[in-house]
Amino acid sequence: MPGKSRAQRIVIVGASLAGLWGAATLRKEGFDGVLTIIGDENDPPYDRPPLTKQVLTGWVAPDHTVLPHLEPLGDTRWLLGTPAAHLDRRAGEVVLADGTRVPYDLVLIATGVRNRPWPVDEQATLGGVCGVRTRGDAARLIGHLEAGVSRVVVIGAGFTGSEVASACRHRGIDVTVVEQAQAPLTGALGGVVGDVAANLHTTNGVDLRCGVTVDALEGSGGTFRAAALSDGTTVDADVAVVALGGMRNTEWLADSGLASGPLGVAADAGCRAVAVNGLVTDDVFVAGDVARFAHPLFDYQFLTLEHWENAVVGAQVAARNMICAPEDRRPHACVPTFWSTQFGVNIKSVGVPSLADQIIVTQGSTGAGSFAAAYGDCDGRIVGAVTFDHGRWIDHYRGLIERAAALPEPYDADLPDKPEPARFPPHPAATYHGPTVVVTGHSPTRMDAVRLPDGRSARDY
Amino acid sequence: MRQVTDAANRHDPYPIYARLRENRVNLLSDGSYALGRYADVVGLLHDPRISSDPHHASDPGSRLLVDNAPFIQRDPPDHDRLRFIATRYFGPPVSPGVVSGQEPEILSFVNGLVDDLPSSGEADLVDHLAYPLPVSVICGLLGVPKTDDEQFHAWTEEIVRGLDAEQQEGADDLIKQREQAQIAMFGYVTELVQRHRTQPDGSMLSRLANDQTGQQMTDGELGTTSLLLLIAGHETTVNLTANGVLTLLRNPWALERLRAEPDWVIPLVEELLRFEPPVQYLPNRVALADIDLDGTTIPKGARIVLLVAAANRDPDRFADPDRFDPDRGDIEHVGFGSGIHYCFGAPLARIETQASLTAFARRLAGPRLAADPPPYRPSPVLRGPLHLRVTYDKRD
Repeated sequence: MPGKSRAQRIVIVGASLAGLWGAATLRKEGFDGVLTIIGDENDPPYDRPPLTKQVLTGWVAPDHTVLPHLEPLGDTRWLLGTPAAHLDRRAGEVVLADGTRVPYDLVLIATGVRNRPWPVDEQATLGGVCGVRTRGDAARLIGHLEAGVSRVVVIGAGFTGSEVASACRHRGIDVTVVEQAQAPLTGALGGVVGDVAANLHTTNGVDLRCGVTVDALEGSGGTFRAAALSDGTTVDADVAVVALGGMRNTEWLADSGLASGPLGVAADAGCRAVAVNGLVTDDVFVAGDVARFAHPLFDYQFLTLEHWENAVVGAQVAARNMICAPEDRRPHACVPTFWSTQFGVNIKSVGVPSLADQIIVTQGSTGAGSFAAAYGDCDGRIVGAVTFDHGRWIDHYRGLIERAAALPEPYDADLPDKPEPARFPPHPAATYHGPTVVVTGHSPTRMDAVRLPDGRSARDY
Repeated sequence: MRQVTDAANRHDPYPIYARLRENRVNLLSDGSYALGRYADVVGLLHDPRISSDPHHASDPGSRLLVDNAPFIQRDPPDHDRLRFIATRYFGPPVSPGVVSGQEPEILSFVNGLVDDLPSSGEADLVDHLAYPLPVSVICGLLGVPKTDDEQFHAWTEEIVRGLDAEQQEGADDLIKQREQAQIAMFGYVTELVQRHRTQPDGSMLSRLANDQTGQQMTDGELGTTSLLLLIAGHETTVNLTANGVLTLLRNPWALERLRAEPDWVIPLVEELLRFEPPVQYLPNRVALADIDLDGTTIPKGARIVLLVAAANRDPDRFADPDRFDPDRGDIEHVGFGSGIHYCFGAPLARIETQASLTAFARRLAGPRLAADPPPYRPSPVLRGPLHLRVTYDKRD
């Protein structure tokens, strides 16, 4: 076919939601060459959102989360159980931890995110300290919950932590939630909605401690016993769930020459990876939680989105762009969407609320815990929306965001008609510990940008 | 739009919908605005400025019916409250097994219907397949005596005939007839609800009538809700099934494939909901504010007609939209609507139609239509064949 890629060997690194959708899309779009999928877990691709919801409450077994193959994948080689250790772009090979070299013409990076561990090793390894990212994690946590526990302490009240707390309450288990911010979900949805979430926690019997951090996990005989908090109090518990967010799996790319690091792997809007020198590559593509891509709708800011739909759509766009004619490539421009279920409430969001300054409640009532609210940026443009038990309205707000419309006025009577500050915490710019990149060469046509080897600062050069 | 309501075009309204789709907005002679493009129909189905409440219409009609309107004719928060209560006894999270629990009975009932057909020759598959199944299922589910079928069917016919009365000739008479039938049927279900109070069983009406959760419907709301569920529970599925049989007979390759691949019925029914939706349009929404669509303004208070059947065949949304193709993969139809009024009974309609079409395909050998197009029922809104006479070589 004229214009179409003549690639014969495609390797997908990451055997989860994005990896599977990438594979399905490649086959659907007619790729009939050699397809290899590499994954560090032993399991075939499974769905993660249920792990903190239906699986933790006991409705669905952890191993009943396998993702269906919506397209026949044909003759696909699965290399599961061994992580990728290097990307050798010069040779065109993915190198696995056991030394296996897998050659590619095109590669899709979809290595995702892992749980951010508790920072102190001796405390992190105490029995009863766990996270929830994999289905093994979920099975372990359920084992603890079903063994009979007096109290669970959840560290971090983002979506994962809140859903874990909700599942504990569903099981009738006492739970303490410790959150650094002034309310749950503040990082994603701001303080106004955070206050509604806080109310959900407390009315459902959660012992919620906000504005506090955990100083230490204390144990005896190798088992977790209590969490010491920064306000001087101690919470006695048998299980500690570490829900401090994720770390992007980019270490294996350190010597690949790609613009990768703790923030993710940089990519253009078409999911093509960006090299250290800022140039777009033609044979390396990125999708899912690990992709940090320029979003046309949000001033081309580089966004990483740890959402289910972003993994699916990003992988579809990446896979299609891998094999179509260059002029047929499309941007990954869909409006981000995510959902959560906690304490019996369905929460949905579209857009990027955290880019907003202001919020206005447009439908329902925050007091009743059932509402829709829209987020606006400093120019009064709508950039996001959230619904609590108002999920069927979300597509209206998606449409407004797609059209870059003005922040709407309330649709229901009796709602304040002026927006209020959304109260997002300041952006934690100081936490970036990415690689150092320096510019080399002395004439404009010879200049380049390179990454320093780990452990060397620019001054050593 | 007059052409859509004209009975002469009932067998194939799609060319008319295509013409209506040429304009983004069509101002009708009665002052209402009809829209048929997919993006606009979906947009307005999710738009909080669109009301379903007859109180906002210029002539809302009978106080009894309007003040006690069921959730399909309400806006939030009343809509949410009423739909939530009804859902409590129909689906997840409180009653997750209700619909799926019907499946064994549906399968055996469908096969019983086919058993009753002559072993070869001719049968009307509306009267002997498409109609009896949903009626039986909804009666069992709600707790309505099946023996009252003839009585409530007559009322239902009157009500359905008047659904789009506002767009028809002789609107006033039609509206009056519709309301008389509604009030009579309302009296019937109210009596039924009282009976469920003294002799409760496990049915949905019993559970609604004896609800002690502290968040229950008033008796008036219970009456109109029961009326809605009884009518919508069978009127629409009859047409979906009959349209399905008709479509299979017009596409023998699809009938062949369904015989060989029973699981294919799942995408087939979805494509059917796109291709021949049993509810063709939603005639009674009202704009609560001026709505601007690229320079055309639908004024506040105007009645809006959402042409879901036109949206389902919008070439800007579906490739080759007039082709019946269950394998198209992308079948995000609006046959069940969308937004807060998304079809309440959708999961039930799906399994009923899947069961009927599978039984039809597998058990009747050499079926063919006695007349194409078949005679149609009068309503352009709930559109479907009145009779579907089919001859066949052999019943299995």
